[in-house]
Amino acid sequence: MPIQLEIVTPERLAYSDTVDSVQLPGSEGEMGVLPHHAPLLATLGVGELRIRKGGEEEAFAIVGGFVQVRPNKVVVMAETADMASEIDLERAREARREAERALESGFHEGADLAAARAALQTALLRIRIAERRHHEGARRRV
Amino acid sequence: MANPQDIQRRIKAAKNIKQITRAMQFVAASKLRRAQDSTLAARPYSEKIDEVLADVAAVLGSEDHPLLADPTGSKRLIVLITTDRGLAGPLNTNTIRYVAREIVEHPGEMAIVTVGRKGRDAMRRTHVPIEAHFAGFGDKPTFADVLPLARLITEDFLSGDYGRIDLVYSRFISTLAQKPVMVQLLPIQPSPDTEGIPGNQFIFEPSPAAVLEQLLPRYVATRLFQAVLEGRASEESSRMVAMKNATENAGELIDDLTLAYNKVRQSNITREMIEIATGARAR
Repeated sequence: MPIQLEIVTPERLAYSDTVDSVQLPGSEGEMGVLPHHAPLLATLGVGELRIRKGGEEEAFAIVGGFVQVRPNKVVVMAETADMASEIDLERAREARREAERALESGFHEGADLAAARAALQTALLRIRIAERRHHEGARRRV
Repeated sequence: MANPQDIQRRIKAAKNIKQITRAMQFVAASKLRRAQDSTLAARPYSEKIDEVLADVAAVLGSEDHPLLADPTGSKRLIVLITTDRGLAGPLNTNTIRYVAREIVEHPGEMAIVTVGRKGRDAMRRTHVPIEAHFAGFGDKPTFADVLPLARLITEDFLSGDYGRIDLVYSRFISTLAQKPVMVQLLPIQPSPDTEGIPGNQFIFEPSPAAVLEQLLPRYVATRLFQAVLEGRASEESSRMVAMKNATENAGELIDDLTLAYNKVRQSNITREMIEIATGARAR
């Protein structure tokens, strides 16, 4: 029996489909969800969400939020969720450069520093996911 | 009767105005569609957050987090959401009148945070202090735009400066109807846990308190974001209707003026003909 998966962000419904399994970046570590999972409410960290559906795999870059798991439905409430194929690699690289510059300039403290670190982390995540997708795509074509 | 040149000048002015109001009407209509779409797109998240909050609240009591707790301060803060730009019909007037009534009916120590220039301009003329002002969320507000505002009011509440924080905005009902409403933002009042699986059957990871800790600030931001989006949709629909009326009125005015101009022109011609006829007979 498949699971109904929804990924919502404050701005949109990013994904809604039935899938076979989901792997989530929990704040306490990776977790996998298969059908008939016990009801669970967990916080999410920054990381990769992987969906398995049929023989295919889809990846999302997830930043923060929660997941609500019910026996046949999983709802991910993330701050941002970007599908691997939709990530703009150039923009992510630009964001990384910017975040690194901000950190190197060293005039940051408190909230600013945390924001710059979070931006860097997000950029690195997006780059990783997008690049892997790129490689896989290239391999598949050969 | 007025002189024909004057009437013609007025016709020309009315035509110019009509052109502008018609353009504004169409711009508002296309912006309205976008604003409506983003309001609808944001709804699933906000519904989900409500549901999760109800689940957590079923397990934890109001004493478990200061944002749920009964207030320590007695002062009240009102967050007023209006538009930056005018020419949006009676929208801002209605919202501001609503707040003014609320202030008069429930006197006491209070302050205002304004979002949108129109609200600030109006509140400056009252005795209520403006604690902060936010403007320029633009045509397409993002979630990140409202985060500083959410942080500010959350801190205000946690520091005990205010005992209650309300949100006043214009709810978008339909293109023809927008209504000013007030909702209590803090302390948070979770809705009853009626949806889906009861909260006490959930496993919480890492713990209910940790989930709540993450959830509440997002809940506040989501509420604000929803209000800002509804305000946007209200603004464009109200402007669209106002500009449609203005365009129609300009059209009527042009018709009236054209009639008056033709009358003047006709009587001038008649007068001239009489003059010529009398001149000819005199010869």
